[in-house]
Parts: sequence; structure tokens; C-alpha cells
Amino acid sequence: MKQAWKRRYSFWSLTAAVLIVIGLVGVIQRYAFGLGETTNLSDRFPWGLWIGFDILVGVGLAAGGFTIAAAVHIFNIERFRPILKPTILTAFLGYLLVIAGLLVDLGKPWAIWHALIYWNTSSVMFEVAWCVMLYTVVLALEFSPVVLERFNLQAPLRVIRAITIPVVVTGVILSTLHQSSLGSLFIIIPGRMHPLWYSTILPFLFLISSIAAGLAMTIVESQLSAKAFGRKIEVPLLADLARVVVVVLATFLAVRVQDLINRDALRFALEPTYQSGLFWVEIVLGTFVPIALLLIPRFRHTANGLFNASVLVLLGFVANRLNTAITSMEQWPDRTYMPSWQEVAITLGLAAVGFALFSAGVRYLNVFGPQEDPGARQRQEVLSQGSRTTSRRTDTVCAEASSHI
Amino acid sequence: MSNAMLIDITRCVGCGECTRACIAANDLPEGDDTQLSCARYTVVNEVGNPQASVRQLCMHCVEPTCVSACLVGAFRKTATGAVVYDEEKCIGCRYCMQACPFSVPKYEWSSLAPRIKKCSFCHSRVSQGKLPACVEACPAGASVFGDRNELIREAHHRINENPGEYVDHVYGEHEAGGTSVLFLSAVPFGLLGFPDNLPTEPIPRLSWKILKEIPKYAVVSSLLLFGIHWITARRAYVEKIEHRDSETEELR
Repeated sequence: MKQAWKRRYSFWSLTAAVLIVIGLVGVIQRYAFGLGETTNLSDRFPWGLWIGFDILVGVGLAAGGFTIAAAVHIFNIERFRPILKPTILTAFLGYLLVIAGLLVDLGKPWAIWHALIYWNTSSVMFEVAWCVMLYTVVLALEFSPVVLERFNLQAPLRVIRAITIPVVVTGVILSTLHQSSLGSLFIIIPGRMHPLWYSTILPFLFLISSIAAGLAMTIVESQLSAKAFGRKIEVPLLADLARVVVVVLATFLAVRVQDLINRDALRFALEPTYQSGLFWVEIVLGTFVPIALLLIPRFRHTANGLFNASVLVLLGFVANRLNTAITSMEQWPDRTYMPSWQEVAITLGLAAVGFALFSAGVRYLNVFGPQEDPGARQRQEVLSQGSRTTSRRTDTVCAEASSHI
Repeated sequence: MSNAMLIDITRCVGCGECTRACIAANDLPEGDDTQLSCARYTVVNEVGNPQASVRQLCMHCVEPTCVSACLVGAFRKTATGAVVYDEEKCIGCRYCMQACPFSVPKYEWSSLAPRIKKCSFCHSRVSQGKLPACVEACPAGASVFGDRNELIREAHHRINENPGEYVDHVYGEHEAGGTSVLFLSAVPFGLLGFPDNLPTEPIPRLSWKILKEIPKYAVVSSLLLFGIHWITARRAYVEKIEHRDSETEELR
């Protein structure tokens, strides 16, 4: 059994290595020959797969980071603590890859720092840029204890633990702003987008769907890494997450349909067009089916059931983002787009880098192990001493508060 | 004074002198004369049925979408009405290309340091007191340059004085909140390929409605999150103390 997993694991390592090499070839070509030579982007289609997938999907899949951080640190739901560190790692790596994707997509990547000094606060892209920068820093801070513990650096650890709550609160605000701002980007294009996707509530729709996708990603990633590293899959915990996914997805579906009705756009879904076909793929595959499956307890409480339903949620999410960024702008035959092989190769290569970095992180850092909890020791002491003066209690509160964070 | 250009499609003969003058004035390279590109800032095409010669160029919106969309503020609406681009600031995100309701900004796709290219309303010529190159070159008087308010009056005057010759619509007077390039036509503008579904509200306001809420959102949600943390942490603490007290109770 274990042997089989090992073989499978090395098969995936090899696949990742091949994808990374092909992706690197794409990157070298892109920088050597320019965007026009190596992509199918054009004046008619200035944004393609990299914005649609690497940015919109990449950021969305990192939404587990703020959701689980808020659940554990703000709402004190201790049950979710075991999946906190891997989820933060996923989000952190996701954001690093988004930045890598941006460096490939931008026409003048060496000027990216201009966003720091030239401010235009009326630009949604300005909001997006600052959210990317600041939330990446927040994710680095949120993940830093794992690295600091590895090298036993107590002084910075104490500092990080002391500021955990403000950091997490900042992270939740930045991340929710970022998720929604990616939807706001499209609000400025009222004329050209297909009515099945253009909506002034896109920011809200993007936020809700990212929460469902982020949690589905957490379920998938927990199972993949459990299998890869021979750990037990925590089905009851993941089933709890899946229940949240169902509620969030159902909310998303209700808001989405209501919005289509309000804008009198539902009729476009019934026309036999290329766009309506992809709309139904997104809605049926990404919401109806996973909601139905996850509502069945027998299905929800098995590792395979959870995994398959979550993969459907992710596919539906990818379809939604690609439809918003690409399908909604296509007008056959004048305005169409298919990515070039370099665009696909770089996207796949970046995803493979993500998987490789994640497994390296799990291998060399204590991502899944029990969290070192200095507060536990103190609590033990308090218990054994049995002394309970008020001042002592206050001390414990502080110690517990800071350790718990 | 905010300048504008009035283009009377009924007077245009489609000779293409404007395109050639633009190429010369801006020192543009070889390129396709039928569509806007990084090598053509204005083109004239025979479009529609019945046919009409229609010029395309940057509309120089009164409240330009590109100015609001650019994260580094590389676009600017000058006091004289031109929308100009600063290639030094640009990082190449191409959001202006997506945002422009008239699909005007074009990109130097084949360059390794690509820039956005579009009509500048001959900003440097106009600041020297000259006319835009295309207006100066027009042999038919189809394109004229002047104060925006006066040109709008002139446009309505032409419509009223020549009943039946024009559709009663000055394109650009209200489209996307108003533009500094105005069109008159005998054929409905939608049939000539002009975007006819644009709001009359300036488009930047669509995103500003959301952006302006961010400070409020940040304050309210941080208060809410700190508040929730305060409550849940306190609850967890009380539970712990009670648990501990009951344990010591048992020990006794």
C-alpha cells in the first residue's frame, strides 16, 4: 500500500518537474520575444488566460487563508486549528504565484514598483495592487511562526504572537477587499461584457464564490497531502467544512440567480449560444451538483465523496472566473481568444511550482504537526499550583490570550 | 477653454488625408490604414448601409474612463481637453484597454518595452497654437476644432437648419458623460458601429461608488472582528476557569 503511494508520489513529482521545465521555456520565450510573439493577446483581447486563471483563480483559491484564520483566531473555533497552518501556507504560496503570474503578464514588469509611488485612488486596479502587496506581507507574517519555530527563534516568535490578532484582522479586511475588488475590476466595462456575467454586484459575487472555492481548496489540499505524506484524513473535520461550503454555495447561487432576474438577463441563459452553454457548465457543475452531493450525509462523510464534490466546486469556480474574464468578452467571429501554448505552459508551470513548494514546505517545516503551544505549559503550572488570586488570573488571561492567537 | 472636435460624417469624403497627416505629425510607422493600432491613431472607413465614411480616433472623454482606471495615473485630462498618456509611469497592465468604452488604447504588442498608443489630440501642436494635424489637413471641412460648448451649439444649429439631413443626435454630447470628439451623421450611429449602449453617466463613477466605501468598510469590519474576538476569547477563558475550578473542586 505504502509502496503504491510512493510510486504514485514520484509519478506526480516527475509530472510537476516536466511542467515546470516546459513553463520555464515559455517564460524565457515571453521575455525574449515579447507578448505579441508568444501569446494570443491582442488589441481586441488584451487580457487572457493569465489574468483569468493565474490571477482571478489563483487569488480565489487562496481565500481559505482568511476564512480559516478568522474561524480559529477571531471566532475561536478551535476545531479548525489543525488545518490552519496548511491553509495559510496554501494561501501564501498562492499569492506568491499570483505575483509571479503578474510579472509575466505585465508589459513592463520592471516598473511594477511604480504602484508604490504613483497613486491613483480612483482606480480599482490601484486597490487590487495594494491588496496584493499588503496581504502577501500579512500571509508571510501569519505563516512566519512555522518557520521561526523550525529554527527556534524565540524572540521574533514572541513578537509575532503578541500581534497575531491585529495581523489576522488586517488580513481578513485586506483579503475580503481583494477578493471583491477583482470583481469590481469589471464594473467599468458595462458595454462589452455579456449580460450573463456583467453585474454591478460582481464584487459581492466574487467574494462569496471565493469563500466556497477557498474552503473546497482546503478540503482537496488536506486530502492530497494526507495521501502524499501518509497521514490520516480527518473526515469529520472536513465534513464540517463541507457543510459551510454548501451554505456559502447556496447563498452564491441564490444571489447570482436573483441578480440575473433583476437585470432581466436570465433569458440569455435560455438562448442556445456558446455563452449560455458555458454559463450552465459553471452553474450546474460548480453549484447544483456539489450542493446536492454534499447534502447527502453518506456522501459527505466519506473521504472520496468530500474530495469529488470539492473538485467540482473548484472546477465550477474556475469556469466562473474564466467565463467572467474571457467568455463574457468574446464576440464570435470578431473577438475571440484561445491561449497560445506558451500561455498554457506558463500557467501549468506556475501551478506545478505551487504543488512543489507546498510539498517542500510540508516536508521541511512542521506544517501538519501539533502547534507548539507555550500557553499549555503555563496553564499546566497554574493548575498544579492551585493558587488563584485575582492578579494571577489576570496574568493567565494575558498569557493565554497571547499564546492562543 | 476646453477644446473639442466636431466631425460631420455627411461632409466627409473618405479621402484619408486626416490619416496621412496624423502619420506625418506623429512619425508613425508602416501599418494597416483600416483599423486603429499602435501605428494608426486615426483611420477612415466606409461602413454601414447606406455607406458613410466614419473616422475613428480617441474620443477624449470629458471624464475619461482610462484616467480613472490607470493604477499609476499614466493618463491625464488636460485643461485644454486632451487625454494624454505618460509612458514613463505605465507598467503595462492594459486595464485602460479593457476599460475604454470606445476600445481606443492600443498596445505595442511586438515591443519588449511596450507602450500604449493613441491619439493625443495633437496636444503639443495645440499648445503651440496650431490645429490638430487631421483638422488642418481635412479638405472637406468635415473635421473642425474649437471650444466644446460652441461646437455643440454649432452641431445642433446644423441639425436644425438642415431638416432631414441629420439624425437628431450629437454623438458625444452625453455618451459616457460626454466626449471632446463629437459626431454628426445622417445614419443612426448604432448602424455605423458606434457603441449605442453607453450610459450618460461618466463611467468612472461606476467604480467610484464602490471604491469610496472602502474606508467605511475597513473601520466597521475591524471593529466587528476585534469585538467578536473579544467575546469569543472571553468565553473560552471563562470556560477554562470553570473547568479548572471544577477540577480543583474534585481534588478537594
